[in-house]
Amino acid sequence: MPTASRDVAICNKLGLHARPAMQFVDIANQFQSNVTVHKGGDEPCDADGKSVMQMIILAAVEGTPMRIVAEGDDAEAAVKKLAELIEDKFGEED
Amino acid sequence: MEIKKGIGVSPGVVVCTAIVLDAEDLIIPKRQVDAALIPAEIERFHAAIAKSIGDLTDQRDEVSAKYGKEIGGIFGVHLGLLGDKTILNQVIAEMRERHATAEYAVSTVMRKYANAFLAMADKYMSDRVKDIYDIERRVLHNLIGQKHEGLTHLTQNVVVIAHDLLPSQTAALDRVHVRGFATDVGGRTSHTAIVARAMGIPAVVGLGNITSEVSGGDTVIIDGNRGVVIVNPDADQLAEHAEFQKKLIVLDRELSELAHLPGTCIDGHSVSLQANIESPEDVTDALTKGAEGIGLYRTEFLYLTRETEPTEEDHYEAYVDVLQRNGGRPMVIRTLDLGADKYTQQQLQNPERNPFLGDRSIRMCLHDIPMFKRQLRAIMRASVHGDVRIMFPMISTLMELRQARMVLNDVMEDLEDEGTPFRRDIPVGMMIEVPSAAIMADQFAKEVNFFSIGTNDLVQYTLAVDRTNEKVAGLFQPAHPAVLKLIRDVIRTGQRNNISVSVCGEMAGEPLYTLLLLGLGLMTFSMNGPDIPEVKKIIRSTTYEHAKNVARKVMSFDSERQVMHFLREETRKIIPEAF
Repeated sequence: MPTASRDVAICNKLGLHARPAMQFVDIANQFQSNVTVHKGGDEPCDADGKSVMQMIILAAVEGTPMRIVAEGDDAEAAVKKLAELIEDKFGEED
Repeated sequence: MEIKKGIGVSPGVVVCTAIVLDAEDLIIPKRQVDAALIPAEIERFHAAIAKSIGDLTDQRDEVSAKYGKEIGGIFGVHLGLLGDKTILNQVIAEMRERHATAEYAVSTVMRKYANAFLAMADKYMSDRVKDIYDIERRVLHNLIGQKHEGLTHLTQNVVVIAHDLLPSQTAALDRVHVRGFATDVGGRTSHTAIVARAMGIPAVVGLGNITSEVSGGDTVIIDGNRGVVIVNPDADQLAEHAEFQKKLIVLDRELSELAHLPGTCIDGHSVSLQANIESPEDVTDALTKGAEGIGLYRTEFLYLTRETEPTEEDHYEAYVDVLQRNGGRPMVIRTLDLGADKYTQQQLQNPERNPFLGDRSIRMCLHDIPMFKRQLRAIMRASVHGDVRIMFPMISTLMELRQARMVLNDVMEDLEDEGTPFRRDIPVGMMIEVPSAAIMADQFAKEVNFFSIGTNDLVQYTLAVDRTNEKVAGLFQPAHPAVLKLIRDVIRTGQRNNISVSVCGEMAGEPLYTLLLLGLGLMTFSMNGPDIPEVKKIIRSTTYEHAKNVARKVMSFDSERQVMHFLREETRKIIPEAF
């Protein structure tokens, strides 16, 4: 099964709070692939990229390194789009 | 089996089935069900989730249309959480593995997440725990739905377990079936404690997290004497408590034999022991305990038990009801004392910053004359059916008293014009519960027929302590020399001006203060019915001379600790079992 991964850092001021987490999950759900997010930093942990609760519980603040891993036929496209969302600061203004 | 230690605030022991209330009056039902019923529970859970998602979608669309997509977005997150497979699977696992009810499983899983949120270092994120609570409440609402009956109509005896009891909850209480209270927070002077003592049922407060330890249907022992709650007791504990309960019944019987005897000291000095009541039903109880009249009828009850404001007829019927039950004994009706902690704050658009110093009680009445007049008319109309007296609460200046009397005169004129009978020379009194009124008692005494000292508020305002705030409740000291000085001066002022003075606050019903108040020359004690026998026992066991000596000594102390210590010693000599 094809896999893809990408390292990004949370760069919006408020971090991965409820609404960004929801946006992330909404996009992840558009793909067939399973999506897992590994949070780096002081308290590393993993989350199912399709579970909004798990994503919020990561409590990833600004600057937290994250690795997005997708597994499935559309893995490459999923990772690309999700990484863009984070890099785009979830569309939040500073 | 679990033993929890709290503060016993109302004596007695009860063994009973528990119901647990959450902040919204929802009764959280049983924690576990039979394994065979689990599929049905899961079904119920799915239905509740579907209903919640439906409700939320409607709300989101409505809000988005009104305020734009940005605001509607927050509902999107709630919807996402409700559909989150991780959560759903955990709830279902909880039901399957532990045979938990749907309600309990939802609560358990959501509390776990709530704790994870609270543990987050980032304030902005941990604040979102509110979303979790919100979702939990929504799903529980849909699960419990029709089971929401509140405490008004119960079919069996229960004890109520709650975080804290609100005045609005206790007001509508089924007084026949509720046999005890246990709450997470509170102190000796909290609302729960006052209500429990008035009802004569055991209560333990300040238990920390009793609401999460007990689930509906559990058997619970509430021991109000020792301040202990035992959840799901074993056979030994049940037996021990049955024994203890028997002893209490014996003591109670001894005291109740005093009911028909007068409140007279050994040397013949007599005082009047009266009852504080909230509702007409309290009268009968109070009379069996030996009350010689109603020293304080709190009329707020009429406002707290219904959705709409009581009409003049509602007032009138309640007053006549009390008078009939009271059989010719005197009855002091206190006019509406709402505001501050009671009822109105939660209904205000802009809650006051400082409700205890705000628009409460007589101030509120003088700002709403039509409402005030409705009550006064009802009192005046009832005045021809018995010995009714009228009392204004929270008076702080002469002007207020004069205004209130003016409104009363208006009402009398109206009634006269209509040809409605009333008693023109109805005694009019006032509460002394603000230090300014206590200090100016001499001036007030010339304009009223009686004083009644409300010690709870007098202590609060003299010492600047909010007794419901656990952090400072320890400073709430009725024995503080400053408070005692005010009480002494008011009693003396009454004697000089030949008007009667009573104490109707909690001090009157505390055996600890009986000797002191008696010795200061107090002639009328008004307290909760169940407190009368003990206070009477002390009065009948001492002499006025001795009480005067006790009072003289107390007034020479400069700290509440000395006062309490001395009074405890003196009282113990009379009723050793009280302390």
